[in-house]
Amino acid sequence: MNAATETNDEGTDISDLNRPLIEARNVSVQFDTQKILSNINVTIQRGQTVAVIGESGCGKTVFMKTLIGLICPTAGHILLDGIDLNAMDQEQITLARRRFGFVFQNAALFDSMSIFDNVAFPLRQIKKISDQETSERVLQHLAEVGLPKNVTRKRPAELSGGMRKRVGLARALILNPEVLVYDEPTTGLDPIMSDVINELILETRRRYPVTSVVVTHDMRTARKVADRVLMFYPRTRLLDEEAQILFDGSPSELENAEDRRVRQFVRGEAGERLNELAQQAAF
Amino acid sequence: MSESAASISSIPADEQTPFVRWVNDWGGAVVDGIVAIGDMAIFTWHMLRWMFSRLPSRGTVLINFYQVGALSLPVVALTGTFIGMVLAVQSYAQFHAIGLDSRLGAVINGTLVKELGPVLAATMLAGRVGGAMAAVLGTMRVTEQIDALTAMGADPIHYLVVPRFLACILLIPALTIMADFMGIVGGYFYSVVILGIDHAAYLNHSREGVTGFDLFSGIFKSIFFGGIIAIVSCYRGFHCEPGADGVGKAATTAFVYSFVLILAVDLFLTIVLNSIYSLYPNGTSFL
Repeated sequence: MNAATETNDEGTDISDLNRPLIEARNVSVQFDTQKILSNINVTIQRGQTVAVIGESGCGKTVFMKTLIGLICPTAGHILLDGIDLNAMDQEQITLARRRFGFVFQNAALFDSMSIFDNVAFPLRQIKKISDQETSERVLQHLAEVGLPKNVTRKRPAELSGGMRKRVGLARALILNPEVLVYDEPTTGLDPIMSDVINELILETRRRYPVTSVVVTHDMRTARKVADRVLMFYPRTRLLDEEAQILFDGSPSELENAEDRRVRQFVRGEAGERLNELAQQAAF
Repeated sequence: MSESAASISSIPADEQTPFVRWVNDWGGAVVDGIVAIGDMAIFTWHMLRWMFSRLPSRGTVLINFYQVGALSLPVVALTGTFIGMVLAVQSYAQFHAIGLDSRLGAVINGTLVKELGPVLAATMLAGRVGGAMAAVLGTMRVTEQIDALTAMGADPIHYLVVPRFLACILLIPALTIMADFMGIVGGYFYSVVILGIDHAAYLNHSREGVTGFDLFSGIFKSIFFGGIIAIVSCYRGFHCEPGADGVGKAATTAFVYSFVLILAVDLFLTIVLNSIYSLYPNGTSFL
């Protein structure tokens, strides 16, 4: 939503819409000796909605946190509008993060604050907005995600899982971000509430020209909201020469993907995983 | 130890002799310890840099001041009172045997103001506030609330640690004075009212037991204790392991590490302050 009219350090116009908004170049992430991501290359264009799917532990969330600089890659680069996050100083990275809205898996609302204060928090960090405008914007964004005015005084613990997710979405939207990142937006919700969240993701995209990255293992969500799907596979179960992204294409191509592991995941078939798990248990 | 310690041996685990494993375990623990100290030093530096570059908002500071100061006051006062009385009970028999009952006040007040007041106030603060800080921040870490702060462009150390640090270092002197005062009152009450020591003689000797330097050294030390509690507790919370067990462990280790560090720093500062005092031995009585 924020018009990209700034220039980078080299004075280049970064409003060039053909340039990828986000680019991961040879990104690897390792915790101690455990490799989570290895040589990931992904380019995300403006306006795209990209679903990142894959089984638990394949590095989806780590990838997403690496995109917004919450995790520093062990190797490789994340470029935002062509500018390397690693090359930014603290102030620049803070400004860069404000271009993202992040919806956490369990909403990550601040327990000690009311719903109003939670949603208003990003606005108050900027400190250039009056109390009245803050109040108007908080109520507007809560209404957009279908929450009534009377929730504003409640604490996060008093809300249901679905309501907390919607508050998380309202908080992510309040700074009018260019990129919305959703971490497992429908996990733990009933089918109806999952569909409500899916519709909200679509509605948000219709209302704002936002680029979205949706991390999910819910195939219904991936099919419904995404126009591009990436499937990650756990590094530990791949051969050295294999790429960690097994699939990069449209949701309609998923069913007929060449890779058997992709088809199995999409159909929710355990396949030889049962044997693998039995072998692991035997060790 | 082998679970937490980093492996520093290049020999595969199944080929290691018991001695190599032992060296590897201890070496790993030493490396882990050095890494943790370095990590805590960076954490402290980051916190100090924020503190001197931009203070947190008044709202976050006031909440922490209330939780650290106002809510700790009753427990610190109560502890101080009882310790003053316990000192009177413990010392009375020996002083009475040599006919120096009236000098009890000097011993009680001196011990309280120089040592017990600051250390007790700090211990109570480490238990009541330090454990809670580690648990709250640990829960925030586990539930991604700290990540959410970072994602929204706020620095978690500036927003969460600086107000707690300020509350601890600025309010612990007041809590120490309260512990000292209530201990003196408790000691006086037990000595004069229960044990029947002469009121005027007790007060007269009490004056000799406490100098201005004693009071200063106690309060000076308490500022360091407050800093230790805030840094150790916040650090443990920020580096909390996942799950309820991780949060519990963070709260426990925050108290244990704070307490050990308080005693170690107390010893060091007492030696330093006594050395300074010996250069100016004619301190005037404070009371």
